[in-house]
Amino acid sequence: MVRGFGGAAAFPDEVWELVFSFLAADADRNAVALVCRGWHRIERRSRRRVFVGNCYAVAPAAAVRRFPEVRAAAIKGKPHFADFNLVPTDWGGGAEAWVEAMAGGWPHLEELRLKRMVVSDDCLELIARSFKNFGVLSLVSCDGFSTAGLAAIAANCRNLRELDLHENEVEDNCLNWISHFPESFTSLVSLNIACLEGDMNTSVLECLISRCPNLKTLRLNHAMPLEKLVSLLQRAPQLVDLGTSKFSADHHPELLSKVESTFAGFKHLKSLSGIWEAGPAYLPAIYSVCESLTSLNLYYATIQSPELLKLVSECKNLQRLWVMDLIEDNGLIAVASSCKLLQELRVFPSDPYGVAPPISLTEHGLVAISAGCLMLHSVLYFCRQMTNAALLTIANNRPNLTCFRLCIIDPHTPDYISQEPLDAGFSAIVESCKDLRRLSLSGLLTDRVFKSIGASANRLEMLSVAFAGDSDVGLHYILSGCKNLRKLEIRDCPFGDKALLDNTSKLETMRSLWMSSCSVTLGACRQLAQKMPRLNVEVIDERRGRPLESWPDDFPIEKLYIYRTVAGPRSDTPPCVWTV
Amino acid sequence: MEDLDNLKATELTLGLPGIDAPEKPSPASATGSNKRSNEECCLPAAKKQVVGWPPVRSYRMNSIRVRKMEAEDSTGIYVKVGMDGAPYLRKVDLRVYKDYKELMEALNDMFKCFSLGGAEGHEESGYAITYEDKDGDWMLVGDVPWEMFISSCKRMRIMKGSEARGLSSST
Repeated sequence: MVRGFGGAAAFPDEVWELVFSFLAADADRNAVALVCRGWHRIERRSRRRVFVGNCYAVAPAAAVRRFPEVRAAAIKGKPHFADFNLVPTDWGGGAEAWVEAMAGGWPHLEELRLKRMVVSDDCLELIARSFKNFGVLSLVSCDGFSTAGLAAIAANCRNLRELDLHENEVEDNCLNWISHFPESFTSLVSLNIACLEGDMNTSVLECLISRCPNLKTLRLNHAMPLEKLVSLLQRAPQLVDLGTSKFSADHHPELLSKVESTFAGFKHLKSLSGIWEAGPAYLPAIYSVCESLTSLNLYYATIQSPELLKLVSECKNLQRLWVMDLIEDNGLIAVASSCKLLQELRVFPSDPYGVAPPISLTEHGLVAISAGCLMLHSVLYFCRQMTNAALLTIANNRPNLTCFRLCIIDPHTPDYISQEPLDAGFSAIVESCKDLRRLSLSGLLTDRVFKSIGASANRLEMLSVAFAGDSDVGLHYILSGCKNLRKLEIRDCPFGDKALLDNTSKLETMRSLWMSSCSVTLGACRQLAQKMPRLNVEVIDERRGRPLESWPDDFPIEKLYIYRTVAGPRSDTPPCVWTV
Repeated sequence: MEDLDNLKATELTLGLPGIDAPEKPSPASATGSNKRSNEECCLPAAKKQVVGWPPVRSYRMNSIRVRKMEAEDSTGIYVKVGMDGAPYLRKVDLRVYKDYKELMEALNDMFKCFSLGGAEGHEESGYAITYEDKDGDWMLVGDVPWEMFISSCKRMRIMKGSEARGLSSST
């Protein structure tokens, strides 16, 4: 043991605080807090940022008490599968408990980011009133609030810099909420209202934008007509990040030249999104900014392949591209040769239920990208066919992948040439891509792929599995391997009790496990809950019936959500959720 | 409005074949229900649809409606809805709803501030929802299959009080 070091008392607290301030990562700060009581005390008093990955993992009061000087908090609620309607809408994730605790204990809070939580208007009003220096509000995939709540934020947050509303379900009951920003309000830097449905009062918005000289990000909703959009944008040529509204109108040479000159006026634009329903008439007006773009989101632009191809080929500096599968293989081949700096690609399905004529987007597009874009590290790709050979090629081309999410739209689809399962392909991905942190599987898969994943995916933090595997052995491979696994979500796989009960301690090293439509019984849940008091084992069952206590052990579980927590069972479970 | 039960025979199952289909999760909020994806109506009956698959955000699904297969069905069917005593009318897009139940919920929401329960205080449900069809006749909503209704409805009116009593049925 090292002696005579003097411990924490060797220097005044302020010195240690300064030293600790260089530690950005929570993991590092957590490690520091374990060294000795002195460091624990100093660290907790100086921590400014807190990230709560699961709002039920810790009691709000406890978090606020431990870190009294927090300035920025980020909290997540519902499980990821809530995005796909697999989680009952009343499951939980309400923000009140957190907002109330923060209002009491963190009066100096400046930034709040909530994801997949239920946020009421009352919550928004409490936020607006409680934090004098509030600067950043980010709500992602939340629901439960209306534009009346936003009006309260606008009216009261005098120093608001960022209002980021991303993919929320927002009720529109206060049409003029934007007019609640006072005339004296000029601090806005970032405004994202793309998810709002209603019309905006353009002149009020124009006034707001004109008096906020620091505005860098503006993402509008689709409602604003193109002529009004143009006059608005002329007030903000300094924008770096723009999300347009509807990008189509009846063809009008005057309007077209206005759009062109507006875009030509953007000297600093790096990110472009929106472009709802873009028609071929007005799309070319964008070409002048293409060369400077690093991020392009064409998700809402229902442009066909030839125009898409032309557009993306101009974007030589693109780092991030989100696009519909309307781009087709040809378009992706063009991207592969034009966009050499591409890091992230997401290709979404324009026709997820397969009712339209098929699109020519196959594994070839992705293979081309993997060969041409050397900096590519993040992929989300929806397609209808795949081969092991293609996956092997991708794995060999891009060992630097950190995120690989492949969704072959029809479940259980094999390699369409060999008719084999896609085990070999995905195994190649995990064996080659040593830094892979996130993986989503699809297609026909046996237990073999899980053996590879368990053995090779040492940096994997999040795994999504659907319609895969033969037996419990598959789940056992994952839970007994994957050293850094944090989140595991599984649906429609034949995984059951044995794998869970053989790996109970693994579950406490993870943030959460979701299993739905698998083969888990209530008896196993009871055993698990009894053995692991620091796990909440939530059984979710929406079929109406008798209470959980009366069900036998062999009762099959519909949905299961297990997460580690120091707060014990939660008190806000709805009727369809039981904490075993 | 109990046509819903008759529709069950042709309704798409929301679970894997061979498994008891769990009840469909209820809409997130009243406004959420208005934005249900239209795609489900257009699916051929043979194809089983699985809840939450493919994993595209339900939020995004609503935007996918923009990409239509054919020209025929592209535009929404907007009809005026008036309510006796309300100072202004509303417009609804009938294509957004998949059955009478959703339409009723939406109308309830839209007009609840005008006290659908009866401004005169007392009796329950003193109102009936009617529509004007292609022939110019005023019909009670709910008698004909949904698809037939949306193709023949020109406008709607929520009738209150004594007028309604003669028409409203407790089916």
